[in-house]
Amino acid sequence: MHNMSAESYWKFNITFIISLLAIWAFVSFGCGILLAPWLDQFTLLGTEYPLGFWFAQQGSIYTFVLLIWIYVFVMNKVDEQFQDSTKSNSEELD
Amino acid sequence: MDVQAWTFVLVAFTFALYIAVAIWSRAKSTGEFYVAGKHVSPFANGMATAADWMSAASFISMAGIIAFKGMDGSVYLMGWTGGYVLLALLLAPYLRKFGKFTVPDFIGDRYGSQLARIVAVVCAIFISFTYIAGQMRGVGVVFSRFLEVDITVGVVIGMGLVFFYAVLGGMKGITYTQVVQYCVLIIAYTIPAFFLAFMVTGNPIPQIAVGSTDELGIGLIAKLDGMLTDLGFSTYTGYNQSMLNVVCITGALMLGTAGLPHVIIRFFTVKRVKDARTSAGWALLFIAILYTTAPAIAIFARTNMLSTVPGVAYDKAPSWVHTWEESGLITWEDHNSDGIIDYSSTEMNELNIDRDIMVLANPEIAGLPDWVVALVAAGGLAAALSTAAGLLLVISSAVSHDLAKRVLMPEISEKSELKLARVAAAVAVVCAGLLGIWPPDYVAAVVAFAFGLAAASFFPAILMGIFWKRFNAAGAIAGMIVGIVSTGSYIIYFKFMGGDQADLFLGISPEGIGTIGMLLNFAVSIPIALFTKPPSEEIQLMVKDIRLPEAISS
Repeated sequence: MHNMSAESYWKFNITFIISLLAIWAFVSFGCGILLAPWLDQFTLLGTEYPLGFWFAQQGSIYTFVLLIWIYVFVMNKVDEQFQDSTKSNSEELD
Repeated sequence: MDVQAWTFVLVAFTFALYIAVAIWSRAKSTGEFYVAGKHVSPFANGMATAADWMSAASFISMAGIIAFKGMDGSVYLMGWTGGYVLLALLLAPYLRKFGKFTVPDFIGDRYGSQLARIVAVVCAIFISFTYIAGQMRGVGVVFSRFLEVDITVGVVIGMGLVFFYAVLGGMKGITYTQVVQYCVLIIAYTIPAFFLAFMVTGNPIPQIAVGSTDELGIGLIAKLDGMLTDLGFSTYTGYNQSMLNVVCITGALMLGTAGLPHVIIRFFTVKRVKDARTSAGWALLFIAILYTTAPAIAIFARTNMLSTVPGVAYDKAPSWVHTWEESGLITWEDHNSDGIIDYSSTEMNELNIDRDIMVLANPEIAGLPDWVVALVAAGGLAAALSTAAGLLLVISSAVSHDLAKRVLMPEISEKSELKLARVAAAVAVVCAGLLGIWPPDYVAAVVAFAFGLAAASFFPAILMGIFWKRFNAAGAIAGMIVGIVSTGSYIIYFKFMGGDQADLFLGISPEGIGTIGMLLNFAVSIPIALFTKPPSEEIQLMVKDIRLPEAISS
């Protein structure tokens, strides 16, 4: 993304947040609650954890940590790109 | 050395450490007092946030609650961690960019309204006081159980310590003592868990050990389910309430977490927007260590209890049963006078176990060395003190900054404001201590209040303030009032006025009503905002500005 405008920065941010929140809702409200009774017929690969129970008490939390770190890495990078492009724009104006 | 000597040594050592850190990090300006001069590194802020967040309840009670509730206890695990995703993605970076000191600062400035600011101040103070009473009580309880002093003496010692570093050091002192307190509490929590996991399964990592099988190839969790159903209880792994209620409670806890002022304020203490995001990442990682260990401890503890106590003759019962019976946390009444401890879901049950002992008694149940038992006491104190300090700061800044500086006397000099902040913190410590010594009997019920109100008022007001430029004061104030009144009256009716459970709205319990309160807030605030004047040009520019990362100075 070269020459990022404030609008495109914000648009990217919103789309990105919505996709991450979709996963957030899916693992907690989905796998950990609504789908948990159904998922419990399976066990987590290689363990004796019923899958729905695992999502509710372990898996959702690991996913939350992962989601925040993905957001941190991607957005901190995008911030830099945005700052670079605003800086080069203002240099051109000088 | 016996347990008590070890406890005394460890508690004295950690307290000395907190005091040393507090002296080293005294606050010299209002900026340092409110937000640690915005110089905290994201890693340190992550630890401080984790310590701030994990209270006496997380440390002492959570594993026990889960042990007795099983799957129903998952709402706390998901709710109190999932809120950090909302914080990191939706609030923290923008609030840091906004760059002032407190949550009422944001509400007041964003909506250009003193009324909105005052509503926010009242909410912040109310939420923080309800929370802090439980913390001071926790300090007293740990002292009385492990050092055999009176609860009151314990509370007074805790008050003295918090007074020292919160009043002297403000946010700066609090932040660095919280970093140390996180280390103490996480070591104290995980070491007994490692021992326990290793003893039960041969694998020291509790999170993995729970998923393993015994020597007969039966899964630990399946075994627990089997033991429970044999005694007439429902299974450990299934929900025992309506899915709607589970969804609402989890939602209210998540939204409330994201809206609690003592957590939000931590993201004001770092240097840049990207540091606010990174802090949230560290914070949840540090919190997750405890929050994924707790459900494992819960399973070990429940299994251990069920396999050693029920059906055993009273005089043959494990020694910890007798130890904790003395403190009144385990009671046994031999209804059928057969000398055997009967435990079941029916009225034939003879055994009552206070859920708090699941963590406190664990080292003893597992026969761990005395110093580990002492460590748990030091950890419980660290958890309670760190949360209390964070809450005190919110109360103090709400009074000296939001009320005095921003509303009543804008002319106040920085020096007097700092003095006022210290006085407010001191008064708040004393009030909190009194609440700890004479706890109102509704302390536990009131936690639902704090989360419900935060979910129905702060969270939507901040969220809309960032993501909808057109949102205005009329909408925000109406929304907050509708959220607070609906959530508050529902909780008061069903928790304090003995409302009939059959009248619950769609069967949603008071703990979960915050989710509905938030929806009502939106339902009222959005149409009102649409039919009233948009906010001023100046405010719209401010919103535009907080959405972008700071310019790099070249």
